[in-house]
Amino acid sequence: MTEARDAQPRRSPLWIEFFIERAIQAAGISAIILVVLIFLFLIKEGTPTFLKIPLTSLLGARWYPIEDYYGLLPLILGSLIITIGAAVVSLPLGLATAIFIAEIAPSWVRDVLKPFVEVLAGIPSVVIGFIGMLVFAPLIRVALDIPTGLTAFTGVLMLAWMALPTVVSVAEDVLDAVPKTYRDAGLALGMTHWQVIWRIVLPAGRSGVLMALMLGVGRAIGETMTVMMVTGNAARIPLGLRDFFMPVRTMTATIAAEMGEVAQGSPHYHVLFAVGLTLFVITFAVNMAAASVVFRQVKRGERMLS
Amino acid sequence: MGLALAGCGTQSTQSTTGDTATTIQNKGSDTIVNLALAWAEQYQTLEPDVRIAVTGGGSGTGIAALINGTVDLANASRRIKAEETEAARANGFEPVEHIIARDAIAVIVHLDNPVDELTLQQVSDIYSGKITNWQEVGGEDRPIVLLSRETNSGTHVYFLEEVIRLGEKDNKTLFSQDTLLLPSSEGIGVEVRQNPNAIGYDGLGYVTPDMKTVAISRESGQPYYPPTAETVNTGQYPIARDLYIYTAGEPQGQVKAYLEWILSPAAQQIVLELGFVPVKTEGETP
Repeated sequence: MTEARDAQPRRSPLWIEFFIERAIQAAGISAIILVVLIFLFLIKEGTPTFLKIPLTSLLGARWYPIEDYYGLLPLILGSLIITIGAAVVSLPLGLATAIFIAEIAPSWVRDVLKPFVEVLAGIPSVVIGFIGMLVFAPLIRVALDIPTGLTAFTGVLMLAWMALPTVVSVAEDVLDAVPKTYRDAGLALGMTHWQVIWRIVLPAGRSGVLMALMLGVGRAIGETMTVMMVTGNAARIPLGLRDFFMPVRTMTATIAAEMGEVAQGSPHYHVLFAVGLTLFVITFAVNMAAASVVFRQVKRGERMLS
Repeated sequence: MGLALAGCGTQSTQSTTGDTATTIQNKGSDTIVNLALAWAEQYQTLEPDVRIAVTGGGSGTGIAALINGTVDLANASRRIKAEETEAARANGFEPVEHIIARDAIAVIVHLDNPVDELTLQQVSDIYSGKITNWQEVGGEDRPIVLLSRETNSGTHVYFLEEVIRLGEKDNKTLFSQDTLLLPSSEGIGVEVRQNPNAIGYDGLGYVTPDMKTVAISRESGQPYYPPTAETVNTGQYPIARDLYIYTAGEPQGQVKAYLEWILSPAAQQIVLELGFVPVKTEGETP
């Protein structure tokens, strides 16, 4: 210890080090504590739902809380159809963009594209909602000849747009991390550029691409403002392909729209917390899945090195 | 969601006439909040000694605040409920109702929609999902897209009770599940302006010239009336409601003076300018 201090005479005194270390530690732990507290709070406020409201009502097909209809099915299915749709749209687009940026584009194009993708991530959701409501919804209504443009499909497009920057940047980082020697080996074997991308780079970064998708999904399922503005918020159960072009109501939009005037402690209040709990569990599961994928990737990397 | 105007005093309730100014606390319905703000602004130029703090939050919020004694005036777009009156009595006062303006709920459609008039029963059938095509009410062969405010809106509840259920107490008809619930009046406006399939409803104050109001009749065979200040005051237009201010007991002092001014022609002119319907005060011609 003393030797180290002699070697670095300008090092700050030990007690400052002590406090800095503790502060960093506290910051790290506080994140965990906050998550646990939020979870406990949701459980505390959400569980009375299951005592006050019969399960048959909660599993019903109608959500109309001011007349005591608390069917959660339309909301859960609404959130799912929007999220899955957004993932399906944003993954191929995002991956293609990432491949273009990382593998194909000349470096000056890359230098222009990357910051633009990041700016895309910074657009506030309410602005995207406005554009969706004023520009996309009327276009979609006319183009597809459907009764209204405020549909699940419009929501999916807007959410895919919002999830795109996340998918692109993560996937691009992953592709970038694939060692150059892999590509060189492929090219040396006489593979074309496309074969290198498709047969070597993508498989090597497979788990990272999956993580990009999961992060995009996490972004999409929790999005509120945009969805509330463009999906029409009709609490109907989406089942067929046709329902994709009809309005839906998501869990997030329901909480945002109804929490404002609900009487504290009423069944409606507790149900909204139960909806929040459901949402929390889903996002948590998605994040855990993403984390386990990253963990697997690290292990694989270690195997390769050994 | 609360706008405060010139609220220099925070807690002071009526009769706190210090050496400076009296502050009147005014809270409640979001429907009325713009009107209340306009009144407060005007009144404060006339009576510089009076400060009026206006906040929104909803009819229920305002009445709850009145019961708890934190405001002098509660704005409400609905009548006080029996349990709220009881809670007020338990706190030692009788809430007093003042009708301060009227609000017509207009049924709005796209400008190109050829449908000009509907009966209440037809509007009810459209919103409960029994009528799903404009052809059935004399329009083009188009699907009907139902637009409504969210369930926390007083206007939504009024429309459910008085239009969809036709004011019948034991009628349990609900909004069709296909009804789009939009979070704002603006959301309804945007959709009605651009979508010829759409039908919506909103306070007359939110209707702009680029959408069309439908004339309504109470029953088929009776005349149809468009929503205007005149048809509302004569009771001919059927979808209209009173807007209220509640006070804790009979108003006194500055609060009384303010309420009297609100019913004066000058203040009722502001009502008209904001798209609401003035109340007919006694001795005035409408």
